Amino acid sequence: MSSTDAVSVPSSGATSSPVSFISGADSSIRRRLFLSRVFSGLCRFVTYATLAVLVVLLTAIIWSSLGRLSPDFLYNTNSSNPTKAGMLAGLWGSFWLILFTAILSIPVGVGSAVYLEEIAKDNFFVRVIKTNLANLAGVPSIVYGILGYTVFRSAAAVLKVWFDGHHAFNIMGLFRIRLNKLPIYEDNVLVGALTLTLVVLPTVIAAAQEALRSVPSSIRIASLALGATRWQTIWRQVIPAALPGISTGVILSTSRAIGEAAPLIMLGALTITSMVPGNIDSPIELITKPSQVLQAPLDQFTAMPIEIYDWSKRPDPQDRFTAVAASGIIVLMAVLLSINAVAMVVRHYASRRLKW
Amino acid sequence: MTTAKLPAWANKPVSRRHEKFIQAALFLCAALSVLTTAAIILVLLTNAVYAPGDKTAFFERVSLWEFVSGTHWKPTDGADARFGILPLLCGTLMVAVIASLVSVPAGLGAAIYMSEYASPREREFLKPILEILAGIPSVVYGFFGLKFITPWILKPLFSLVGIDLPIFNALSAGIVVGIMVTPLIASLSEDVIRSVPRSLREAAYALGSTRFDVSARIVVPAALSGILAAFLLAFSRAIGETMAVAITGGQRAIATLNPMEGAQTMTGFMVHASTGDSAADSISRMSIYAVGIALFVITLTINIISGWILRRYREVYQ
Repeated sequence: MSSTDAVSVPSSGATSSPVSFISGADSSIRRRLFLSRVFSGLCRFVTYATLAVLVVLLTAIIWSSLGRLSPDFLYNTNSSNPTKAGMLAGLWGSFWLILFTAILSIPVGVGSAVYLEEIAKDNFFVRVIKTNLANLAGVPSIVYGILGYTVFRSAAAVLKVWFDGHHAFNIMGLFRIRLNKLPIYEDNVLVGALTLTLVVLPTVIAAAQEALRSVPSSIRIASLALGATRWQTIWRQVIPAALPGISTGVILSTSRAIGEAAPLIMLGALTITSMVPGNIDSPIELITKPSQVLQAPLDQFTAMPIEIYDWSKRPDPQDRFTAVAASGIIVLMAVLLSINAVAMVVRHYASRRLKW
Repeated sequence: MTTAKLPAWANKPVSRRHEKFIQAALFLCAALSVLTTAAIILVLLTNAVYAPGDKTAFFERVSLWEFVSGTHWKPTDGADARFGILPLLCGTLMVAVIASLVSVPAGLGAAIYMSEYASPREREFLKPILEILAGIPSVVYGFFGLKFITPWILKPLFSLVGIDLPIFNALSAGIVVGIMVTPLIASLSEDVIRSVPRSLREAAYALGSTRFDVSARIVVPAALSGILAAFLLAFSRAIGETMAVAITGGQRAIATLNPMEGAQTMTGFMVHASTGDSAADSISRMSIYAVGIALFVITLTINIISGWILRRYREVYQ
């Protein structure tokens, strides 16, 4: 940092200086410079204090996890015994949740952004959508949890009754179609993913909009002038040009869903389950057990942040769950960090080819 | 003579209907957000204010006056159940105010430092750190508050003056929420501060201003509407902040403004109520919707005011 201030005070007193101050002005300038220095010191202090907070936070978590974080923490499911509790169920639950959240939120989010940036004219309804999006981004995530609990969970409960193996439909008195038995749970992965989709959608849309806005309009004009239709312009020119920005922004905003616990807790997601959705507990089983893969979205789940919440709150006379919670936090942060790294790599490689 | 080879798709005839169909599909995506808002409002109203069919809504069992003015919050299912939101409101307000006391100076100071003082290289290094702080999940801050800030910082400090701080207290909740919203204030304020034109700063320096004069008398006043909007947004975020507060604030709902006591906030109550084992249509479960309405209305109002300030008082520079 350069500490050059706009006013320089003559070092050897006012008399020998080429600039002559009226009497008393010298001390006032010194006072102002002193104030300026104090202020800059304060600003620098608070900025680096936030850095210190980050360091303290990470140190405290790593320190608390010492002695507990070991490979078997990743292979065990949750347990009421702190030496056996692991995060396998949370890891797989979060995996399925984020998978379906991404599948649901990315097309809808990018589609909305394309509509708002490329197609929409400035009419009343579009203004309503834009204002509404700005306000939705500020709605606390727990409110989406109430919505998910009331709408999605109830819908899953209805499906559960239909597919309990006893229901049959009469079609005009001619056929009877008996519905197969399908083990559906009310608090299943899809219900959680639908809720998380609503939570992340405003940020996904905003990120995609930002990326689309950075595409120069000359590209659109050139494409349209060459006879391309509006959709051809969007699909062949604008979206490829905006892809690095869209993918980075969308990955980052979707990944926030991994750390969200509040809406899932509102849905009644389990805190003490030791169950892995679809009973798939290793990546190989994704290929070898296709029927269980189909079962996973309709299964009950827990998620990493929910388990961390449970461990943080769990009373224990020797406070042994603190180390378990800290280990869980390290796993969660490692997952988040690797997703961020992927987003950075995507941005780096995708933007290298684009130059304008 | 050679002609450039066109890709196969370029020769496909353009169908007007195809274009219209795609545009309609994209419109539906965008309209989904309006539907979401409508669904939230509908769900809250039909469960809290008026329930169609044979269900009874919360305010059909508990009077609105008791909800707004009552000073006891005991959402049990017996005869001694009391539904006055004041204790939850006190807890929420206390946490949000403490969070603002932490985050406003820190966020604004960091914003001024990064835009006015820091060299580009220093800024490149500070900005990602703030982004990391903003990206840390809420539960992690909750753990940090409960297992580190309270036992290792606040308890020793308070024992110096002879006060025994309880494990769950509003102070630690406010501090962690303050840390959480600091990056939000910093990045929003920095954006508006940087958009103040250079010419204003240069004119002030030319007139003999110090850096403090320029920051505090020129730049911050010029960006004031944006900074104020950022404060309000952060305040509403602090009100809606859930997991950190549910972990650090505790489960006692008492109408007090003493930050050394445990404080259940509106969001904290909702989490604790839904992890409890009450029946789905019990009155304690239904009270979630009433608290949800209060939370939704409060945060929405603050956000709308924030947006209004930003639009109404924005300085437009050429």
